[in-house]
This record gives sequence, C-alpha cells and structure tokens, in this order.
Amino acid sequence: MHTQSLTELSSALKNKEFSSKELTQHYLARIEKYDAVLNSFITVTPEQALAQAERADQLLAKGGAQPLTGIPIAQKDIFCTKGVRSSAGSRMLDNFVSPYDATAVAKAEQAGMVMLGKTNMDDMAMGSSNENSYYGCVKNPWDLARVPGGSSGGSAAAVAAGLTPIATGTDTGGSIRQPSAFCGITGLKPTYGRVSRYGMIAFASSLDQGGPMGRSAEDVALLMKVMAGFDVMDSTSTDIPVPDYSATLNDSLAGLKIGLPKEYFSEGLDPAIAACIEAAAKEYEKLGATLHEISLPNSHLSVPAYYVIAPAECSSNLSRYDGIRFGHRCENPKDLLDLYTRSRAEGFGKEVKRRIMIGTYMLSSGYFDAYYLKAQKIRRLIADDYRKALAEVDVILGPTAPSTAFKLGEKASDPVSMYLSDIYTIAVNLAGLPAMSVPAGFVEQLPVGMQLTGNYFAEAKLLNAAHQYQQVTDWHKRVPEQFRE
Amino acid sequence: MSPEEVKKIAHLARLAILSEEELAAYTRNLSDIMHLIEQLKAVDTTGVEPMPHPLDATQRLRPDEITESDQHQLLQSVAPFATVESLYLVPQVIEE
Repeated sequence: MHTQSLTELSSALKNKEFSSKELTQHYLARIEKYDAVLNSFITVTPEQALAQAERADQLLAKGGAQPLTGIPIAQKDIFCTKGVRSSAGSRMLDNFVSPYDATAVAKAEQAGMVMLGKTNMDDMAMGSSNENSYYGCVKNPWDLARVPGGSSGGSAAAVAAGLTPIATGTDTGGSIRQPSAFCGITGLKPTYGRVSRYGMIAFASSLDQGGPMGRSAEDVALLMKVMAGFDVMDSTSTDIPVPDYSATLNDSLAGLKIGLPKEYFSEGLDPAIAACIEAAAKEYEKLGATLHEISLPNSHLSVPAYYVIAPAECSSNLSRYDGIRFGHRCENPKDLLDLYTRSRAEGFGKEVKRRIMIGTYMLSSGYFDAYYLKAQKIRRLIADDYRKALAEVDVILGPTAPSTAFKLGEKASDPVSMYLSDIYTIAVNLAGLPAMSVPAGFVEQLPVGMQLTGNYFAEAKLLNAAHQYQQVTDWHKRVPEQFRE
Repeated sequence: MSPEEVKKIAHLARLAILSEEELAAYTRNLSDIMHLIEQLKAVDTTGVEPMPHPLDATQRLRPDEITESDQHQLLQSVAPFATVESLYLVPQVIEE
C-alpha cells in the first residue's frame, strides 16, 4: 500500500480492496516500526485517525466520497490542529494544544482525509536541516547519518520512507523544496497568497506559504486542489479561482519554453548535480520543450536580502510569545521583565534567538533605512529579474540545492554556511513565485532535486511539467532499501 | 558587533542571555551574519521602490461589523498560568 499513488489508493478504497481503517492501520504500524529511527513525527494521533477513517469508510459505503476521502495525511507541526499539540518544533509551544484548526487542516478534514499526526520540523521553521528541533533531529531515510533538510524535514522523511502517503509543509526560504530534494520527493511551494496562512504559525509573513509534499506531481496536484483557495480569515490570501490541477497534468509540453539561469551554473555548483539538471533539460527537449539561457543578475543578493527581511519579520511575529497568554512560561518570575526575558530565552532555540536578534537590530532606529528598507528595494530588483525572465520563458529550471544531503552536525555550528544551502530557493520566496522540487537523479546514492519555477499562479503549468517528466523517468518511484517492507 | 551591542539588542528583543558563553556565541554568530549582509550596502537602489509584499497587494478591508462570537473561555484555556475572571495573572507591575 505504501508505494501506491493516491489515485490507486482512492480507487482501491472505492472498490473495497481494503478500508480506510485498514489503510490507516497500515501506516500507523509503519510509523511504530520505523519512526524511532527517523524521528519524523512529533505527535502521532492514532485514536483520532481511526475515528476519521471510520467516518471515511461510512462515506465510501454511502457513495459520498471525494478523491481523497479516507487517504491518510501527515501535517507539519506548524499547522494548528484543534485538540492536538501544535508545537512548531519549539519548546515555546510544547504545552500548546491548539483551540482551533488551521484552514489548511480544516480543508484536508473536509476532503475526508485522515490525519496520522504532526511532523517534526526546525524550531519555528527556522533551519535547513531539521537539526534545530526541540524534539531532536530527523534522519534522512536514504542515509541515516545525514539530514533530511529543513525546515519541513519530518514531512519529507515521512513521505520518503512511506510512513504517510502525503504530507504538508511550509516554505519561507526553501523549507518545502530543499527537504524534498534531499529526500527524493516532490514538493510544491505555491504562489504567495494561494494557500491560506490562517492557523499556520507565522515566521515571516510576506514570505511564508504552505504546500503539499508527496511521492509524485500527480499526488501533489490532488492535495494542492484541496489546500488552495481564498480564505476570508487570511487577509493576504488571493481571491482567484482554484483550477483543477489534475485535469491539465497530461497537457503536451510541445513549445514549452524553459529558461536556465546562467548564474546558477557557475563554478559554485557541484558538477555531478549540474549533470543531473542538464540531463533533465535534455529529457524536456525530448518532450518538445525548448531551452533558453536566461539571466537573473541580482540572484547573488538573495541570501543577504532574505537574512534581513525574514529575521525582521520574525522578530515582529515572535514578539507574541510572552509567556502570558499561551506557550512556555518560566518558573517563579521575579518581575514582568524577568517573565518575558526568561520565558523567551528558555522557550526558543538558538537559531530562533539569533534571528530574532538580527531582526530586532535591522528594525531598530538608526538602522531601519540602511538595512530593512534597503533589503526591500533589493527584493524588488530580484522580483523584476524574474518578471523579465518569465516574459521570455514559461518555466525556469535549475538545481534545488547546491549539494545533496549533508551529514548531521556538518553545518550545525556555522549558521552562515547553513544559510547558503538555500541559495537557489530563497529568491523565489522574495519574488512570491510558485516553485517545485522534483526528483532528478542520484549522486553517490543520495537524491538530487531539480527546481521548476513558474509565473504567478502558474502552479498548473509546473505540475504539468513535473508530471510529464515523471512519465519518462522513475527517480520519484525509488524507495530507500531499509523502508521497502 | 560588540558584546555591549548584543546585550542592548537582547534587551529590546526581551531575550535573557543566560551565560557568558551564550553572549560570546551570539556576538560571534551575529557578527558573521552582519558580514553576510554588508554586501547589500554597495548596491545602487536609487529610484527603486521597496517591496514589502510580493504581489504589491494592499490590505484587504471589510465592513466594520461584528462577525465573531465570544470564545474567550476556549481561547484562554491554553494560558500557561492562572487566569482570574478572564484576566491573566502576572507578577506585580505597578508599585504600591
């Protein structure tokens, strides 16, 4: 069951080959068997899952089922889930049982999906390796000595190891795409405003987006249809209709113009990874696409600009954690200042505190113009680069990450080196564009992801391009040896 | 960045610095991050508008009508410490 597509599982449920309850029990058993090693879940919700599965089975029997009724899902622990701990991977929210559901979670429930649990992640979504979680690091199913990527490392590892058929993630600087690349799965960061952020614990409000992570573009398209849509509860959510992403997966790619940014293929890129991307480009040519060299001249500024804007926004968002209304509170505070400073120092991990401090500095008087305002202007230069490029080509192709999964501990003590692993993904968040990571090969038995970036609200085109590539390649079907049974 | 500046920022951010090692680590890390960011200063951005929102959207407004219900009991059920008559208890703030 754990290597079947969502469509196959849905079909099997409708034909009564097995029930949603049996399917859910299958995944719960796999989580019990394998997750002690991977640590991809923070909270598993067996009773709730089985209750949801029973309701799904009733719907399936009555004939009122939707495409994803009865299909299990794992939710990144950044999404508030009513009655279930929602920790964002942080000690700050270890005691937080959410009183409400995030819109993305409510939509999955309304679609009849069965929540297996909440997946592990970097503390407050800040990290690129899932080594910053209060709940311990997550292991990459392809090599347990390596990171799965972050911040959605738990979701990526759980999907890759077949502990869940599909999962949600969030992406502020690459946190869906980079772990998808490191774990050999398919992940989509939607256009800013496409998926509601209501109930999605905030990191950087102008950059955050939630999205699907799964075993294929076909699966991801199904969950994307459920997640996307205008939400009155999110004032940054865009009010445009949601297309049927599955309906256009099989459109021909003849005439599709693919741009390859020359800045991405410089000496900094591992030649073995460059070779995978070049091979993928050739597959696209065979499918009828044409390749074009493009330029994104300000791409070298994305990482520094991001590390002004994201920390600034995070310092503002995380000021809500004051030990008073929810979350961690220190013992025996001697006065209000002590309550604030110690609750926050104890509740947040090191990386979170670093970013809050950088952000506070950027926004403080005397520095606001030189840093924050400057970075927002550079952000426009970066977005304009993409606008010009996407006037010439339909889709931009490049590597998702500069390396394959690095070893646990390798970058943990050097924050800046960790930041540079997001070099290809970050600019996309600054511009607010949609982008996917798609499995494109292996280097020394570790997965390589290619990144497809599209124009605003062009998720259907990206999914189509990814799906057609997955019809002529089988990278996305591989399962790490240890987790096959 | 100097340890003094780090202490000032930590105060603004309401973050206690729990040890001398922590102060030294933050000073090092923050200086490295500032070094990464310095390259932004050299970029010519004359005449460029800042981009606070990726789609240049403006805040959506709605009519000033009550649409929510009183859920304070539910929402206060997650308080980490005591509440009394819907008020959160904190250490004394105002002197006698």
